[in-house]
Amino acid sequence: MSSDIFFYIFAALTAGSALAVVFTKNTVAAALSLLVSLVGVAAIFVLLDAFLLAALMVFVYAGAVVALFLFIVMLLDSQGGTRKPFKKATLFSGFVALLLLIVGLASFAQRGAQAAIVHEVPAAAVPVGASLRAYGEQLFTTYLLPVQIVGFLLLIAMLGVIVLSKKFEGLGDIK
Amino acid sequence: MFDFYFDLPHWIRMALQGLAVMLVMFPIAAACSMAERKIAAWIQDRPGPNRTLAPILAWVPGIGFLQRLGIFQLAADGGKFAFKEDAIPGHVNKFYFVAAPIIAMIPALTTVVAVPFGAYIDSAGKLVPIVLANVDLGILVVFAVSSLGVYAVILAGWASNSKFPFLGGIRASAQLISYELSMTLSVLPVFLWTNGPLAGEPAGFTGSLNLARVVEFQSQAGFWGGAWFIFLMPLSAFIFLVALFAETNRQPFDTVESEADLVNSFGSEYGAFKWSLFYVAEYAHMLIGSAIFMILFFGGWNPLPWYTLSDLAHHLNFAHLPLVMGVVGIGIFIGKVLAMIFFFMWVRWTLPRFRYDQVMAIGWKKLLPLAIANLVAYTIGIALLYR
Repeated sequence: MSSDIFFYIFAALTAGSALAVVFTKNTVAAALSLLVSLVGVAAIFVLLDAFLLAALMVFVYAGAVVALFLFIVMLLDSQGGTRKPFKKATLFSGFVALLLLIVGLASFAQRGAQAAIVHEVPAAAVPVGASLRAYGEQLFTTYLLPVQIVGFLLLIAMLGVIVLSKKFEGLGDIK
Repeated sequence: MFDFYFDLPHWIRMALQGLAVMLVMFPIAAACSMAERKIAAWIQDRPGPNRTLAPILAWVPGIGFLQRLGIFQLAADGGKFAFKEDAIPGHVNKFYFVAAPIIAMIPALTTVVAVPFGAYIDSAGKLVPIVLANVDLGILVVFAVSSLGVYAVILAGWASNSKFPFLGGIRASAQLISYELSMTLSVLPVFLWTNGPLAGEPAGFTGSLNLARVVEFQSQAGFWGGAWFIFLMPLSAFIFLVALFAETNRQPFDTVESEADLVNSFGSEYGAFKWSLFYVAEYAHMLIGSAIFMILFFGGWNPLPWYTLSDLAHHLNFAHLPLVMGVVGIGIFIGKVLAMIFFFMWVRWTLPRFRYDQVMAIGWKKLLPLAIANLVAYTIGIALLYR
């Protein structure tokens, strides 16, 4: 199957560049690896016939890496330098986040396995991701709450970036 | 006559079609750089490049006309770019430095897959668009892929490891973010409109973002059906046009490569073939952008408003010849796109450049509110109309 070969190529590309995001020292190279990783995910969506998701993946996420570039250049000291040791609270919250991620992935995998046993790819579910209209309707009716929650998460992330990057020296800096 | 072609495997046909489109687009993009110099010369009342001629061609009668048009300058320039020493400065980040021009070309030549450029009437009497991939997502694919083009500029600026290119790269990313929003919002009314029922379409249709459908909408019968969208949505067209100028880094928005304050910006450290690739990519973006503009607001391959390609085919009696009709449609479309390219150049040599802060102010404080107001007004209007 040619699509299997393509899947392995793009999966390797996605996973490899995702690892590079974490392990590379150079921040710009990390942002670029993220871009490659996202394009790889888009390619996998194409292999799954989810063309809308693929296009949105490139449009929204790959486009947003431009903003990431700007952040890197404007907000981070490009010299790098030595990093301060982590605080206890940071380590603890990192650990909790890791646990949550593992639980989430495990439940996702388990539910996926159950769904595969109960019914192999429900025929009615296929057009939902494929047709723009169906997709929009689902997004604004059934999945409205998750969409809002994800949007709220993004807001938190943005506030975090502002807090992390702005150098507060005294209370006077907070305007 | 062409049966052997349809006997070929599907992927070979696709590859051949892609190659054919690229073989048309690449030379046009390269020739645009020549046209730019010639048009600049005309506007500034000087002859422009008019001496180049291959010695072996000098005996051909009447070739002096082509010589004065500067046709051969293109070949000379191309040859120079190809054979010049391609020096890489010692202080650059070599991998990204070499990768940047390649990355510039990929999105520039990829966007064309979703752009329809002609139509013909098949044996069933149905109008079929000519396009590499007639996808439902149409405009979304074009926007998604073309927005990746800015990475080449950012990478080139960053990898060059010197101040002016870097500044150019940063300006490019800021400009892209600022104008992409307005551009996307400005085309939404068009697609709201085209998601209404087309004449003769059954109820319960699902809309799409297909670009050929937009042209079909501008080819309907009657006064409102045949009107190009430039007449129905002039403000959308204007916003799209301004954002298009900004996205392709053309004057008056070419702060990205303004040679007066940034030397040659992201191209400063480049030479020879790599440098020329950036410019071919830029012209390819202009070509695609103009093509999208023509499809959305100027009726695509229809020769005149209220006078479609099918009308022309029936009047001149070639509607039953798909090949002729296809070629005529593509010819009309390319002619329109080239007229748009001429407009780009005309503006470049007419208007002065905005300062960088002015570019940002126009994008965020003027164009974006205008685009949002335009969208809201048309949304309400279209909802009332289709109710």
